[in-house]
This record gives sequence, structure tokens and C-alpha cells, in this order.
Amino acid sequence: MILVLGDGAATAHALTAAKQLGGDEIHILNLPPNLLAEPIAQVILTLDGYDAIVSPATSTGKNVLPRVAALLDVMLISDIIEVVSPDTFKRPTYAGNAIETVQSTDAKKVITVRASAFPPSSLEGIKIVEVGPSETTWSKVISEEALASAGPELGSAKVVVSGGRAFGSKEKFDELLQPLAAKLNAAIGASRAAVDSGYAANDLQVGQTGKIVAPDLYVAIGISGAIQHLAGMKSSKVIVAINSDPQAPIFGVADYGLVGDLFTLVPELTSKI
Amino acid sequence: MKILVAVKRVVDANFRVRVKPDGSGVELDNVKMSMNPFDEIAVEEAVRLKEAGIATEIVVVSIGPAKAEDTLRQALAMGADRAILVVHDGRTDSLGVAKALAVIARNESPDLILLGKQAIDDDTNAAGQMLAALLLCGQATFASKVAIADGKATVTREVDGGLQTLELRLPAVVTADLRLNTPRFTALPNIIKARSKPLAKTTAADLGVDLTPRLKTLRVEEPPARKAGELLASVDDLIAKLRAAEVLP
Repeated sequence: MILVLGDGAATAHALTAAKQLGGDEIHILNLPPNLLAEPIAQVILTLDGYDAIVSPATSTGKNVLPRVAALLDVMLISDIIEVVSPDTFKRPTYAGNAIETVQSTDAKKVITVRASAFPPSSLEGIKIVEVGPSETTWSKVISEEALASAGPELGSAKVVVSGGRAFGSKEKFDELLQPLAAKLNAAIGASRAAVDSGYAANDLQVGQTGKIVAPDLYVAIGISGAIQHLAGMKSSKVIVAINSDPQAPIFGVADYGLVGDLFTLVPELTSKI
Repeated sequence: MKILVAVKRVVDANFRVRVKPDGSGVELDNVKMSMNPFDEIAVEEAVRLKEAGIATEIVVVSIGPAKAEDTLRQALAMGADRAILVVHDGRTDSLGVAKALAVIARNESPDLILLGKQAIDDDTNAAGQMLAALLLCGQATFASKVAIADGKATVTREVDGGLQTLELRLPAVVTADLRLNTPRFTALPNIIKARSKPLAKTTAADLGVDLTPRLKTLRVEEPPARKAGELLASVDDLIAKLRAAEVLP
């Protein structure tokens, strides 16, 4: 029996990986909002009979499952991109520059799944396990600040347009990227430099330690292409790079490149599509 | 207040590793090694808490080869007071590391434990959460802001969709995200001073911990290479190509 942690749109992708583990039955654990790692881990420990616990590698999954794994005395198998067999998995290391095939020797498997590496499965007919609100005395939520975003969710969008430091200001970043994203029904992403400069919210960062995306079309604008950024987007089907520096590493992974001034090329692209 | 900070010696963030032709791992000979960038942020946060008069002692710990002493000396140069090196050659995984850190934490009884959220070599993102589990204490991962007052930590976390602020009872484990701070440049006099700060060595056997990885690495390979792309002359060319590739309507 396999338990999948439900966490938004990524759940359907984690379900696909869970199905490949074999097993006769899969349940989805519905988490109440604001539930922290400490109580969820305790709750999961009380649920008996699961041979594997699987979660999408969302910020919740990455927060909770290592805690569950340690309490079960098993090693977490994190961010898998392929199920080779029920105990053997592929996972990226070194910012995606080396793919490891690892075999787990633990009886119970605790796994986080890179959602972009698995197609979604239908959740219909899957038994839902509900847990009530619970808390521990170790920690509590005192506030939450949601970052408003228009358009599709970055992790599952078919098209992503990302901007880098070359935009120079938050105003230009929004002014140029939002109309393009709206026309392409795209999610907006950003490089670390753009986030650090305050052009974009932190949860829009694409890269090794931010969001990992693999859309049908990824448009990198004014992004030089540091190793850490490439790790977050190089599995995209088609990559377009727009950059003024023809030597920028982003052109090394792009299918199509335009060398030039983004302040003229982006409005032209937006107006012509 | 005492702070324990865990640091890892990893391949430098700017170095692109190569997979060994026999698929047994990545080439690590003659490669520049550095402190894991997230751990450097964790050390910086501890030093800032000491400079603010909140922390009184900072102990840094690393698990790794004898050479990891360099990484600990860097943390000492940044402002940590003393160091512990668990000398270990060969691979480790997060569970073994968390167990070793848990023994050290029980010996040291810190009020706050800081780690980087993720090591940039194995990219697992688990040691801090596992340590908190083993110590049966609270955890705040992906921290972008930390404040300590009245025996409590208030930590802002970077999560999907926004920011979440937690209050934790101490002792607690906090893992550092990129935007927590910008680590300082270590000046030469501090590097020299760090050479004489205390550094104790121990082993996993002394700690009673088995560091043998639970995950067996069967093979390491290069990711599929992307075919070389082409530079286009105009926006019109680009639109034509994208329509041909059926990614534009």
C-alpha cells in the first residue's frame, strides 16, 4: 500500500510515480492548510500498513518527508525523475549535471517526486485519507503572506517566460513580461539575480534550489544561464533565449536564440504573436 | 545562547562537474572545493546573532575528510568560536549525517542549530529536517529571516506561493535559504586568527554512529545532452520556428 501526500496540482504527477512502484492500493493523504511538518510527521507515523510514502517535491513535501523518513529510520529518496524498479530510482545531483541511479536498502520507501518529470494521472477513484488539524508545542504559524500571481502556476504551466537581471528594474520586468506572458498564457519565472534584485517574488525563482520546470516552451529573457538556473529549466521541450551577449551560457542549451536588446525584442515578439 | 552550525565541504558552486567515464561517480580530483553556499549563509546568520549580543558561543561542525578542516577554518574566520570535525572518508547520506549531528547536539546542548537548506552536491535537502526529527524538536526550513527573543525563534520561510512565519520553541533547527543574508568577506587577519581557534577531531565510531549510506549508488551518468541550437536573425524567424515546432499557435 502506498500513501501519497496531496499538495495541489503536483499531486497528480506524484501519483504517476507512485503507480510505477507497483503495490495494490494507493491512498492520498489530504492535508489541512497550515499544517506544519512536526504534526504531519507524527500523524503519518500513526498510519499503519504503508510500504511507501510519496510526495511531490513541493516546499511542503521537502519540509515534511525528511522528518518522516528520519522518524522511520529510513533514508529519504529525494526528487526522483524516474522509477527504474520499485527499489531503484534516478535522481539528479550536482545541479542536474550528474544523474544518479540509487537503490534503496530500506524496507519502507520515503520518496519525493520531481513533478515535472512525470505526467499527471487522474485522481479519480483514489481513496482519500483525511486528517484533522493538529499541532505540537514545538512550532506554530503566526502569519502567512500569499504572493498574488496571475496566470497559470509556474510548476505546471505549458509555457514559461522568465526574466533576469538585464531588465534593470521591477517596473520594466513587469511592463515587458506580463503582456508577453498573457499572450502566451504563460507563467512568469525569474533568475536568482532577478529575485535578489527584487524584480520578482521569491517563489518565482527557477533553478537548482528554486522551482524545477519542464514546460513545452521556456523563454529565457535577459538571463545569462548560470549552472544553477540551467538546473531548473533544461528539461524544457523547447528553449528560447533572448540575450544581448552572444557568449551567454544560456545559448548553449537554447534551441533558438536571439541576440539583441530585450527592450526592443520583447515588445516586438509580444506584438507579433 | 549557544548556536551549533553544521557545514559541508562541497565542489565549488561555479564548477561544472564531470561524470567519470566508468559511471562510478563524478570527477573530484583537482576540483576546487568550498563551503556549501547555504551553510556559509547559516554561519553568517550565527555570527550576526553573536554580534547582536544574542548568541554567546558558536560551534561549527563538519563531517568529511581531513581536508574539511579548511571549511571549518573558514567558518572560524567568519566568527565562529570553535569547531568539531567528524573525520570520515567516503560518501555519507543525510540520515547518517543527521545521526552524527544529533549526537553532537546532545553533547553540546545548543539553543539553536543552523544548517544550509541543501548541499549543492547531492542536492538532497534533508539533513536539517532529519536532525530536528531525531532531536524531537521544531524545524523551520528555507528560512529568509530569523529573529530570536524570549527563548523563541521567529522564522520567515520561503514556501510555494509566498512566505510563512513561524514561532518556534528553542532548541530548534533552522535551515538557511539564499535570501537570509549575504555572507561576509573574510579578511586576512581573521583568517590568521582562525588558525589558532580550537578544532576538535572525532570519528563516527567515537560518536557511535554508522555513516554507511542506506542508498546504494548503482550508476552515475551525464544528463541527456541538448542538441546545439541556432541563433536566429529576427523575431519573425523565431516565431516561424516556434510555429513549426508546434509550441506557438
